[in-house]
Amino acid sequence: MENWVQVCQVDDIEAEDVIRFDHGDRTFAIYRSDDDQYYASDGLCTHEEVHLAGGFVMDNIIECPKHNGRFDIATGEAKGAPACIDLRTYPVKIEAGRVVIDIS
Amino acid sequence: MTAEFTKRDYSLVGLDSKLAEEKGLANAEWYASEIPRKRMKELIQRRNGPAIRDTAIWFILLIASGTAGYMLWGSWWAILPFMIYGVLYGSASDSRWHECSHRTAFRTKWMNDVVYEIASFMVMRESVPWRWSHTRHHTDTIIVGRDPEIPAPRPPDLLGIAMSLFSLKTGPGEILKVLLHCTGRLTAAEETYIPGEEQHKVYRNARIWVLIHALVIAVAIGSGSILPLMYIGLPSFYGAWEQLLCGLTQHIGLAEDVLDHRLNCRTVYMNPISRFLYWEMNYHVEHHMFPMVPYHNLAKLHEELKHDMPVPYSGFWEVYREIIPALFRQVKDPRYYVKRQLPGSARPAMPGPAAAMMTE
Ligand code: FES
Repeated sequence: MENWVQVCQVDDIEAEDVIRFDHGDRTFAIYRSDDDQYYASDGLCTHEEVHLAGGFVMDNIIECPKHNGRFDIATGEAKGAPACIDLRTYPVKIEAGRVVIDIS
Repeated sequence: MTAEFTKRDYSLVGLDSKLAEEKGLANAEWYASEIPRKRMKELIQRRNGPAIRDTAIWFILLIASGTAGYMLWGSWWAILPFMIYGVLYGSASDSRWHECSHRTAFRTKWMNDVVYEIASFMVMRESVPWRWSHTRHHTDTIIVGRDPEIPAPRPPDLLGIAMSLFSLKTGPGEILKVLLHCTGRLTAAEETYIPGEEQHKVYRNARIWVLIHALVIAVAIGSGSILPLMYIGLPSFYGAWEQLLCGLTQHIGLAEDVLDHRLNCRTVYMNPISRFLYWEMNYHVEHHMFPMVPYHNLAKLHEELKHDMPVPYSGFWEVYREIIPALFRQVKDPRYYVKRQLPGSARPAMPGPAAAMMTE
């Protein structure tokens, strides 16, 4: 079942950047690409559970701040050691200027 | 006087490994200096330009010194070009290996990966095991029982350090590991940090390495000259001294089991030649604290953070004036270490949860 949750205003995330979003006991990373596409994934790196929001987005890749593990922000695909396990991603939509994600 | 010292277990599968976990030192949260995100975003930007330029210069110098060595072979004058070739091959490869393992040197991933494989071969560090070992070094920097890259376990082995000038301590061990990997096996320590899905790459690469070296040895035997080995194989030994000179400055003599890189890493100002060979790893506190920043921006990062860092060392002279006596003292008293002083402008040190439990 779908479970859409409001995250923030679209402008709360800078272009080519990421923010952390906590909901209940779960944590997510919400991304905005440089062409203003929004994406969402689990918030913790699949390597050693570091918050990806401490990292940076470059060329649609989120780079983990701890060991430079990289993931595609659109698909969650891990792009090579030490990031070997893909990130789970979540559907995102924009409603009335707000970023909304489906965390089901 | 202090209580009796119990020798610590630096292996990754021993008592201190368990203790590190119990004390909350394993995979812990580390101190990070404050820096505006906007500025950090500028500093982490990747560019191909600096690394392409530096790699081109590196290869041109390798070819030039290698050619001069060939032309002068048979005379004593060949020593000079081979000294240069050796340092470029056996020492400059260390920093190329390092930066490309983080994939920060180039913007383009495949460029990092290609240079990483070449540099790994030159510096005789197998690319897959060492990527994972270095990952652990960043997770648990100088945490006893966790970090596989602690350069001088206490009490330090002074002879071993001296032998490392020509890679005679670690080199033979690396060769044995390559041979082990050829048989499709890992060491017990490697099992703790190389994930299963990566292990087949270790075995494949080890076999390629052995094949290349066997070929060079065969050419040397066939031609009745060690000259081929002067280009591939031996420079990993005779050219290793410069990377040791730089590399020892990183952590030796400083605190173990702290969660603050300002206390267990050094930043040392170096001359332009060393900085070129070493790819700015002299800014070592900054690199450990923010490994996303590429080497060509570390000097800028240093400017941003220096109010929060111990005073950097002015050069090799100052740093070795500290390291050498510290090593000799640690032989007699392994509890001794150099306490880095933070300036008044810095935020307090974060020695970590074990501080109260440590015996030092
Ligand atoms: S924790 Fe993210 S790459 Fe290691």
